[in-house]
Amino acid sequence: MAVADLTAGTVPEVKGRSLWADARHRFLRNKAAVTSLIIFIIIVFACFVVPYLGLRAPDKIDWSLSSWGPPDLATGYLLGTDGNNRDLFVRLLHGGRVSLLVGFTATFVSLVIGVVWGATAGFIGGRADGFMMRIVDILYSIPFIFFVIMLTVVFGRQITLIYIAIGAVSWLDMARIVRGQTISIRRREFIEAAEASGVSKWRIITRHIIPNCLGPVVVYVTLTVPNVVLTESFISFLGMGVQEPDSSWGTLVSEAAVVMEIAPWAIIGTGSMLAITLLSLNFIGDGMRDALDPKDR
Amino acid sequence: MLNYLFRRLGGAIPTLFIIIAGTFFMMRLAPGGPFARERVVPKEVEENLMRAYHLDEPLWQQFLRYLNGLIHGDFGPSFKYKDFTVAELIFGGFPVSLQLGAIAIILALVIGLTLGIWAALRQNSAVDYGAMSVSMVGIAVPNFVVAPILTLIIGMQLQLLPVGGWGKTSNYVLPVIALCLPQIAAIARLTRASMIEVLSSNFVRTARAKGLPAHLTITRHAIRAALLPVVSYLGPAIANIITGSVVVEQIFSIPGIGRYFVQGSLNRDYTLVMGVTVFYGTLIIACNLIADLLYGVLDPKVRYD
Repeated sequence: MAVADLTAGTVPEVKGRSLWADARHRFLRNKAAVTSLIIFIIIVFACFVVPYLGLRAPDKIDWSLSSWGPPDLATGYLLGTDGNNRDLFVRLLHGGRVSLLVGFTATFVSLVIGVVWGATAGFIGGRADGFMMRIVDILYSIPFIFFVIMLTVVFGRQITLIYIAIGAVSWLDMARIVRGQTISIRRREFIEAAEASGVSKWRIITRHIIPNCLGPVVVYVTLTVPNVVLTESFISFLGMGVQEPDSSWGTLVSEAAVVMEIAPWAIIGTGSMLAITLLSLNFIGDGMRDALDPKDR
Repeated sequence: MLNYLFRRLGGAIPTLFIIIAGTFFMMRLAPGGPFARERVVPKEVEENLMRAYHLDEPLWQQFLRYLNGLIHGDFGPSFKYKDFTVAELIFGGFPVSLQLGAIAIILALVIGLTLGIWAALRQNSAVDYGAMSVSMVGIAVPNFVVAPILTLIIGMQLQLLPVGGWGKTSNYVLPVIALCLPQIAAIARLTRASMIEVLSSNFVRTARAKGLPAHLTITRHAIRAALLPVVSYLGPAIANIITGSVVVEQIFSIPGIGRYFVQGSLNRDYTLVMGVTVFYGTLIIACNLIADLLYGVLDPKVRYD
């Protein structure tokens, strides 16, 4: 959804409005959501593009400064220095790439696998449901850390593994939530009508079940992102995730949390970056939920 | 419903078996072992150790030995915590984690549901944005930041509450806050979303049309249906919270079992990892079963056949 569409959308269309066109229209009327979207785009842009615009390098050590030094506008250290005299703000932008990518991966996996898995299990029911949901139970229970260790042993220490490990568990909650919604929708009249008129099972799932589960789905996605950002920092903390000099928001926040008494600006700066991103995602999520709700017009 | 319950209980056994087998063999494939240290021990000592813990046997034999012990209620001895059996460690720490977790969950439910319903009733107003932002802070600011800030301000500077330890009522307050903040966020946001949907559905409109007062419409009709996604979420979440959090336990020095999940894995304490996995897996299966049965109670349209 591009913000530029706001101006293009004023031309009256002859065609009937689709679910998505309608949703976009309603989304753009939601001020909190649009503001959040703009903030989020700026943050993504800053993390992925700004580091290439010739700022100080994230691994540049400035020996003339002290570690965890205070912010200094004159020298351009917007958030001061980290424990190794490096520019914390630049590191925050660089670290955002890992965190945002982890967030996107988890969102993608939980949307694609989790939603389809949950909707299929809930709609078919019976043995298939039992079998599919027991797989979810098993994946919940297998110790996550050993799974990560195994991946690192087999494939060596690489950042891709974090995405795989987090992807493997991020869809479980989503599958359960969607299944719960599906079994309550399954007996509604409109599903009965679709079945009676001979619509195929797969089409009922994709056209009727999933669109009607989108509310909790969109909201749960906004809860998944902070969870995986923190999971990533936990894996990195155990020495299996991002490696120095690379970084991520989770690791930066946890490093700053340790020194909050001597360098409060570090935790305030890194923490606010994380919090602002998550809050804007939150309002984008709510805006999308409201926009996609078929009854709420 | 009863039929369904029995079928699910029967299905729990193969599920648990796969969890046990999967964890057992995955753990053994990971490099390192419980007695691998930086200091090299004499070969004889290592061999004796291996023999004492039956680690010299073929893997399948060890697996059968473990299963056999498990059937007889024996989780085996811990490899790292000498003189403790795994059962002693788990059941010694679990009451602590359970108490903390249960209080945190109940508190999170009360606050989360209130915030969520309140926000849904005033959709897109200042109240809505305020409630959602406040609840989101709980999830946006991670545990390992909230907990030190709480100890620093309330514990150290204001000297209102003890910063750590266990046993007194005042020891509960800070860890419970740290544990329930992220849960409040999740519950409030899920409740808001599904409440908004339910409020515009036909049966709520009917209840309003027949003149039922607003508070009864909400408490008797709307909340029940709106709780479904929250219940789905709470199944695994409750299993997670009552088994403790390694971060919260470390910061407030609480003798729970959350730390065993991480320390067991890092120490390659095979029996301890197996023990907590079996324990956690059983809780997950039980909580998810209860959640599934609750669907039928909350929503009359849900049928298990």
